[in-house]
Amino acid sequence: MKDFLNSWGLSLAVFLPLIGALIMLLIPKAREGAHKVIALATSLVVGLLGVLLLTNFDYDKSGTLQFVVDKSWIPLINSRYIVGMDGISLPMIALTLLVVPLCIIYSWNHFPEPRNPKAFLILILILETGMIGSFIAQDLILFFVFFEVVLLPMYFLIGVWGGEKRQYASLKFFLYTLFGSALMIVSFLALYFLSDKVDVGGVMMHTFDMRQLPALATGISTGAALWIFGGMFMGFGIKVPMFPFHTWLPDAHTQAPTVGSVILAAVLLKLGTYGFIRIAIPILPHAAEKWAPFIGVLAVIGIIYGALCCLAQTDMKRLIAFSSVSHMGFVMLAIASLTSFGMSAAIFGMVAHGLITGMLFFVAGSTKERFHTLDIARLGGMLKQMPHMGWILGFSVMASLGLPGLAGFWGEFPAILSAYNPGGGLNVAFFRVLMVIAALGTVLAAAYLLWLYQRVGFGVPKAEFEDDPHIHDVSFTEWLAWTPMLVLILVLGVYPNLIFKVTDGAVGNIVSALSGHGG
Amino acid sequence: MLVNQFLFLGAILFCIGVYGVLARRNAVLVLMSIELILNSVNINLVAFGAMWHVTDPSNLSGQVFALFVIAIAAAEVGVGLAIVLLIHRNRQSIDVNDVDLMKG
Amino acid sequence: MIPNLLDKVWIVPALMASSFLIILFFGKRVGTRATAGIGIVAVSLALVFSVCVAGQWINRVNNPPTGAKLAADVVAANGLTPQTGPNIIGEIKATTTESGETITSGTEAMASSESGAMSEMSAAEMATMEPSASESGAVTTAEHAATTEGEHASGEHESVPPIVRTTTWFTVAGINFEVGTLLDGLAAMMLITVCIISLLVHIYSTEYLHGDIRFTHYYAFLSLFTASMLFYVLSSNTLQMLVGWELVGVCSFGLIGHWWEEKKNTDAALKAFLTNRVGDMGLIVGVTITFFAAGATSFNVLHINEYALAGHANTTLLLVGALCLFGGVTSKSGQFPLHTWLPDAMAGPTPVSALIHAATMVVAGVYLIARLYGVFFTGLGIGSSSLHYVAFIGGFTTIIGGLLAFVQTDLKKVLAYSTISQLGYMVMALGVGAWTAGVFHLFTHAFFKACLFLGAGSVSHACHHTFDMREMGGLRKKMPITHATFLVATLALAGIFPLAGFWSKDEILAGANAGQQNAYTLMLVFGLITAFLTAAYMGRAYWMTFWGEYRGHAHPHESPKVITVPLVILAVCAVLFGFTNFPTNFFGLHLPGGVTTRFEHYIEPTFAFPPLQHAEFTPWLAVVSTILAAGGLFLAYQYYEKNRGPHGLTQRSRVARAGYTFLENKYYLDVLYTDIIAADTKGPLARAAYWFNMNVLDGVVNGLGTGARRIAGFVYRDIDQLVLDGIVNGSGSVSEKSGQVLRHVQTGRVQQYAAILFAGAVVLAGVFVFVI
Repeated sequence: MKDFLNSWGLSLAVFLPLIGALIMLLIPKAREGAHKVIALATSLVVGLLGVLLLTNFDYDKSGTLQFVVDKSWIPLINSRYIVGMDGISLPMIALTLLVVPLCIIYSWNHFPEPRNPKAFLILILILETGMIGSFIAQDLILFFVFFEVVLLPMYFLIGVWGGEKRQYASLKFFLYTLFGSALMIVSFLALYFLSDKVDVGGVMMHTFDMRQLPALATGISTGAALWIFGGMFMGFGIKVPMFPFHTWLPDAHTQAPTVGSVILAAVLLKLGTYGFIRIAIPILPHAAEKWAPFIGVLAVIGIIYGALCCLAQTDMKRLIAFSSVSHMGFVMLAIASLTSFGMSAAIFGMVAHGLITGMLFFVAGSTKERFHTLDIARLGGMLKQMPHMGWILGFSVMASLGLPGLAGFWGEFPAILSAYNPGGGLNVAFFRVLMVIAALGTVLAAAYLLWLYQRVGFGVPKAEFEDDPHIHDVSFTEWLAWTPMLVLILVLGVYPNLIFKVTDGAVGNIVSALSGHGG
Repeated sequence: MLVNQFLFLGAILFCIGVYGVLARRNAVLVLMSIELILNSVNINLVAFGAMWHVTDPSNLSGQVFALFVIAIAAAEVGVGLAIVLLIHRNRQSIDVNDVDLMKG
Repeated sequence: MIPNLLDKVWIVPALMASSFLIILFFGKRVGTRATAGIGIVAVSLALVFSVCVAGQWINRVNNPPTGAKLAADVVAANGLTPQTGPNIIGEIKATTTESGETITSGTEAMASSESGAMSEMSAAEMATMEPSASESGAVTTAEHAATTEGEHASGEHESVPPIVRTTTWFTVAGINFEVGTLLDGLAAMMLITVCIISLLVHIYSTEYLHGDIRFTHYYAFLSLFTASMLFYVLSSNTLQMLVGWELVGVCSFGLIGHWWEEKKNTDAALKAFLTNRVGDMGLIVGVTITFFAAGATSFNVLHINEYALAGHANTTLLLVGALCLFGGVTSKSGQFPLHTWLPDAMAGPTPVSALIHAATMVVAGVYLIARLYGVFFTGLGIGSSSLHYVAFIGGFTTIIGGLLAFVQTDLKKVLAYSTISQLGYMVMALGVGAWTAGVFHLFTHAFFKACLFLGAGSVSHACHHTFDMREMGGLRKKMPITHATFLVATLALAGIFPLAGFWSKDEILAGANAGQQNAYTLMLVFGLITAFLTAAYMGRAYWMTFWGEYRGHAHPHESPKVITVPLVILAVCAVLFGFTNFPTNFFGLHLPGGVTTRFEHYIEPTFAFPPLQHAEFTPWLAVVSTILAAGGLFLAYQYYEKNRGPHGLTQRSRVARAGYTFLENKYYLDVLYTDIIAADTKGPLARAAYWFNMNVLDGVVNGLGTGARRIAGFVYRDIDQLVLDGIVNGSGSVSEKSGQVLRHVQTGRVQQYAAILFAGAVVLAGVFVFVI
């Protein structure tokens, strides 16, 4: 079993969804039931495989890559098929494996117009391949391929099943991200050519191997390293998204179908922050030190700016989308602190944000389905009309504003804590100012979220919806899809060690190369 | 042996071919002109191949390439004539000026 | 034999948490009676447990641990290292324990406290020290002589380390985040206070919220609140305190907004939560600063206190940290200028106001100061200054709150402003170094203020759910029990001898008078003024509600036993609990040492605690404050009862004045108070304060809100949508325009393309041939 997992586990997890998608291609479009079952079964099998991987993962050695497969792929440029999982990728993979089946369950009776479950589910499975692949790839080209694989299905999900302005939004999403990717691949190539060569079967060649690059890239001159980091910053920063590159996000979120929004918020945004932690900072630690104050400032601006924009929204989904900008600001601030504590906080923040914001988008989607509007002014009295849904929204709102005891808190507070004492020789006073401003963000977060909840959850239903027969409380499939997320939000909040334990060993490697590294 | 004559012949054929391709409106004639261009190239290839043959008898690249070109030319004419036939069937004309569906 | 419960206090919050879960998941199914039953049983068990814990704590203070046991406790309390010595001013004294039992060394060696060398040792090394200590043969007990002066008749406190039991919560970057319980006298006192009042509120609510649509939710939140509050008071580290602090805030939010159909209530709930968030920002930053100041290794409360009290502490950092923490206190405990949410919070059900917004949650801030006293003591220089921010704000708040209470017509709002004022008292007491006095006032205030709130609820229950005092009056005959308990609690709050409020208030005044090195004269003045104000506004409320003619339209009747019994119990508490800290020298009355200052003896920490001077009972202050309080009540009586009487002001006043003819000057004071000071205070001054409160302070809050929204609108419309988005859209349209121009090149004529191709080839060939 162990041997099998070691050699095939990760590869199977990546490509099984693709196989499922291929099978679905062969089945006629009309047999919707078969498509749903196959898609769900595939994602569940992958999930089960994930559970096996998780149970066989050696948590005492979370700092080293496990289940590593290293095979020749493109020998001409010495790009290899290297996959592996360590304490940084594990939470992300677990999150992906959880969210995808839940999304499929949620879609069961909720396929947005123009329906077509076959295409919809195939796209989701391809997305899963791309997402898992990005989190386990240990070769820059392989990573890039998976990173781009994610893009297309999401483009179609938004462009075909989206809202009224779906074409504009999907195009914006695609182009924005592609722009970043272009700069990113240039950076990867520069890294490839500027780093030292390694011995490949007697021939000295450059390499894309992420495991070796940190050691090989030490010779790159400071100026070049800064430019390379800048390219990666654009690629990952747009994906995060960081202020001022975030404008694609509200449009994409608002127009995307519910499931698209959930996956986008829960996993896709994390590709950016993951890239920083996995690639940019370990390979170019000294460039990261130069960039960190800049990233920190943008992160804090994002926190405050996103919160202010939230306050100005009249659309519930758009508000949640802007809250992502604010919350991911905390994650980026934690990363910019360049401490192992900050990195752990960032990973926790990523998972917490994925669960909580995913949950909020689920609720928003279900609200839209019932009320056919997300105009906050027209909603109200959800607690009275749909008590369970109202409570779930309240729970998610509380989690999102960082209530201790729920997952959101452990993304926010450690981020603030880590900014007090940044590593990597960063200016301490400067980061303390950032810390205080970030703390102000928690006040604004409470303001916009509670204001939202007051207008949507409290009060009495508006006359136009009072006797609407379409408005019913949480349905069975919704319970099925939401319960795991709600439980996890609570469990992670009460016992954050579940994630910190995994990440703690792994993040040490990242900061070890920074000057004057420490806790 | 001088290759000049062969090259000269090739150039003349090539020019005739180019003229045909650019100036004639009849699609069949355009195709024939393309054949001329290809054959002018063949002449060049064979000429240079023969020239090389003197110094390196084992090298038959020119002749082999000519054979390739002949084969491809045959395929091209086949496809080309099929297209022309379809155009004629649909439009009752084989005037290339009429076929401007790709206009931007 | 009861097992050692001190290790297991986590059971108390766990009990309430399980009660919450049971009610949450099964409450709807089992019905309202069973729901209330679950809650009541859980709180009763928690109360019994707490009482046992308190008993064991008292026992522990009487028989302090020694030797290896003490060392082990010190290590556990410290969290990290057995470093106790240099941080605490210690003295070695040959002394006996409180019980008189002499500890002979050889069998039990002592733990060290003062020697620098010893301080470096681990617990194991301490154990090896035992033989040498026994060799010395000295009959000594080292103590953390927190009370070095030895002013008490009861003698020195032994060093009794708190019981700290922790377990690792999570570990990040080598920092061990712990979760655990810290039990000392303070925590035990809070346990009992919270449990008693919570139990009474649970019982009271069965009637008060009878038939409420959200009865189950109410009880679930009540249980959750109690659990969170107990979790908070038992926290062993600041991070855990932060968690409990926020959780009680959420319960407060949920309970203020209990009737969320009305926008007024949700507005109040939101205001409460957001105002608290502003303070929480300070708390978060403060917790961070103290964590890093104390070596970035532990959030342990005692560890931080020890660091703060060590000679080498960075006072600037501690000052900033203390002020940030005080930001949290300011919001949670309703200090000026963040007190405005508390009166609005009265929108919630009355039992909730009694439990959360009078007795327990709002004192969380006071508790925070008391817990992290080392930080505040060093940071603010409490021992050496005569004026600093915390003490001043505390004193100022008492006045502000007291004045505002005069212009209220809503009975609950009078009580709310009174709570603000009394919280200011507690903060002021802690600010001037009168730690015990502040905590003692917290303790006594909880009972009589809860009694007042529940009494107000009882009144409103009888009067068609109104709290407007103008629609009350004359209720003393119709509701005798409510009236009697309300009267007792009013007198206690006013500080009338011998009720609880008298003792605690007096200690605060004595503490302000004595100060530490310097007298906090301004605070004493504040305190005295408030003593008068408190009595006056409470007298006003009392007479307006219970005397005169009934002015409402309902048919008031006495409330059922479920409501009156808790009132009686609380009134008894208000009478008795003051005696727990009976002074050693009360007007020359010397009671035996085992009876006096018991509260101080058992509650005041002796471990990681600054060396405070304890103010003696000051007879003249006691007299003055009592006179002030009585005068306040009397003036209120004059103004509100006599003035409105059917026979007119003069006649009645003459009768009243007749009682005071033997005090000539009183007559003029009477006029002064009634016509000038009271009228002006009640009129323009209080109105101005209220106007300031409603317009300036509230206006700033509202203005910030609207301002933020305006800025947000501007940022969103003009910057985000116009500029940033414009750039993106612009690059798209530029590409499109250029495409439009270039499309004309594409004619669709193959021959034209070929011609271009050929021309290009010719040009390239030309370049190739002639240029290169």
